[in-house]
Amino acid sequence: MIIMQQLITSFIASAGFGILFNAPRNALVQCGLVGMFGWILYYVLVEAGMDAVPATTFAAMLVAVLSHTCAKIFKKPIIIFTVSGVIPLVPGGIAYNAMRNFVENDYYTGVQLSAQVMLLSGGIAIGLMFSGVINQLVNKSRMLFK
Amino acid sequence: MLLKLLTRGAFFLSFPQAKLYNINKSIAFEAGGFMFEQITIEKVCILAGKIMLVSGAETYRVEDTMDRISTAFGVKNPQSYATPTGISFSLDIAGTSNFLRVTNRSTDLHKIAEVNNISRKITAGELDIKEAYEQLEKIDQAKLTFPAWAQILAAALVSGCFAIMFGGTWNDFIPSSIAGAFGFAGMLGFERVIEIRFLAEFFGAFLIGLSALLFLYCGFGNALDKTIIGAVMPLVPGLHITNAIRDLMAGHLVSGLSKGVEALLTAFAIGAGVALIIAFV
Repeated sequence: MIIMQQLITSFIASAGFGILFNAPRNALVQCGLVGMFGWILYYVLVEAGMDAVPATTFAAMLVAVLSHTCAKIFKKPIIIFTVSGVIPLVPGGIAYNAMRNFVENDYYTGVQLSAQVMLLSGGIAIGLMFSGVINQLVNKSRMLFK
Repeated sequence: MLLKLLTRGAFFLSFPQAKLYNINKSIAFEAGGFMFEQITIEKVCILAGKIMLVSGAETYRVEDTMDRISTAFGVKNPQSYATPTGISFSLDIAGTSNFLRVTNRSTDLHKIAEVNNISRKITAGELDIKEAYEQLEKIDQAKLTFPAWAQILAAALVSGCFAIMFGGTWNDFIPSSIAGAFGFAGMLGFERVIEIRFLAEFFGAFLIGLSALLFLYCGFGNALDKTIIGAVMPLVPGLHITNAIRDLMAGHLVSGLSKGVEALLTAFAIGAGVALIIAFV
């Protein structure tokens, strides 16, 4: 039930971001699906007890691979799919909490949370880079075997 | 002998011209009766690059598109350089370079996809230079964005859904949606009045904090935190973050860093806007 709720909300959230970023109308559903799969992987991993940083990295990897496939199939720039897909993984909540602690003069917790935000952003970066690496490997191996 | 000389002369006469024609293929056409406009490869490339950059594409994609278009028109060694604030392009090394300043940037993935389409068609040889320029110009002037009410509605849905995703209850859905819609509408309106993006985002976040607090006082919603986090998400600079990462990975250090700074400034503006409210709680 909770998973179902997360699936629906993450789909709507990612597709809604497609509207905010003015993605092509016929790509909105794909944007929503990419975001949904990424978020569900993250959610399941965190529920299973994994730390948030590796979970974000794996989810971002999934988003990158899915976006790449979508870009190939629908012949659209990959950025359309990655942007909407990565949005649910952006550590907005932790960044907010960090800011809140700074305002309440609890700098110790604030710095701690900021460091976590930086690590999570780094995780997203590594995950997104992954698809580029895979793509290059596939291209290189194709050239080798020709 | 004479004949040979003549043919050779003719060859020499025609060859440089033919080469020149290939590299600097330009067509003059009549528009509006008396006006003549020259369409050159540089113009087509720079227009394509400008549309993409203004719409928020990664700089490496902008450069790649310009190179592909010019290569398709027969240029051997195109040189392009794009940063978030300007494009420089020349047809050959040490050739004349053309420069274009980009002042306003927004987010419009649809235009990026359209330019991508045209670039594909040019590479496939389906468009000649004049048709390409006309189509690009059409895209440049088109308004493809969703209407403001649709964007605000989307922002409301996004806010409510994020409140649920980040662990809120369904009681937080409606307050978060309304606060998100207020914040986004406030940002859009403020952006029209004052052309400083960061101030608009600050104002939007301030509105979000204010309305979330009001809802809580009136008895709507359970958690102030979840409501605000959800409502703030439509303002989060997700595109800048992904762009910065992709540009840095592609080796475009200047563009990547400047986009990263833009994302950081936006995040700071949002945080400050919300913090102003929290400070009074």
